[in-house]
Amino acid sequence: MSTNSEQSRPKKVTLVVFSADMDRAIAAFNIAVGAASMGMEAMMFFTFWGLNILKRRGAPSTSRGFIRRMLSAMSPKGPHNLPLSKLNMLGMGPMMMKKLMKKHSVPGVEEMLVLAKETGVKLVACTVTMELMGISKEALIDDVDSYAGVAAYLGEASQSDVTLFV
Amino acid sequence: MESDFTLDTYGLLCPMPIIKTAAKMKELQPGQVLEVISTDEGIKEDMPAWCKATKNEFLGIEEDGELYKVYVRKK
Repeated sequence: MSTNSEQSRPKKVTLVVFSADMDRAIAAFNIAVGAASMGMEAMMFFTFWGLNILKRRGAPSTSRGFIRRMLSAMSPKGPHNLPLSKLNMLGMGPMMMKKLMKKHSVPGVEEMLVLAKETGVKLVACTVTMELMGISKEALIDDVDSYAGVAAYLGEASQSDVTLFV
Repeated sequence: MESDFTLDTYGLLCPMPIIKTAAKMKELQPGQVLEVISTDEGIKEDMPAWCKATKNEFLGIEEDGELYKVYVRKK
């Protein structure tokens, strides 16, 4: 690649979304959607607990094996059902936070997923942790752009101007 | 300041004013000016940064009570 075309390529942001905490997810989506709105390319790589953010609402769990079924039962059921990283208080915290956010017109994770799609943020799901945690493609929303592993992430991240682990 | 379009983001917090500005700017022709009305103080730093990243021209901010009126010219 010539120096010229490197200078003219759009700036890129990649985020590893490891956590399924609502507050962390909102921060990650804010950055990704903000970047896309600034003409940057944005990619979010969802792994481990972060996969729960991409779960389809009401998708039946098809996890096989006792441990996976327990894991599935004890994990957030989707973007509408995420805990807070602090002051979760058995679900009271997220309820109060959602109320506050609504009052101040701050988009929640579900709205952020829509905005991410609209602004062209790429959503990538980690296949290793999907397998490990027994999360099938059918259990995830259709908006997932691709299913990939660490090489795909590193390929993108090494070309990125900003990369963050949330 | 004169403007061709106005975008009202009253009551919206970061990053919504920027996201809505980016969407609205697609409707403008080069040279046209967009006025963005915001109540988020962050807009004072965010809009110049957005303009720099997207190569649009930041024309200035007028403060009117709780309102920030930001002017951007499409390149």
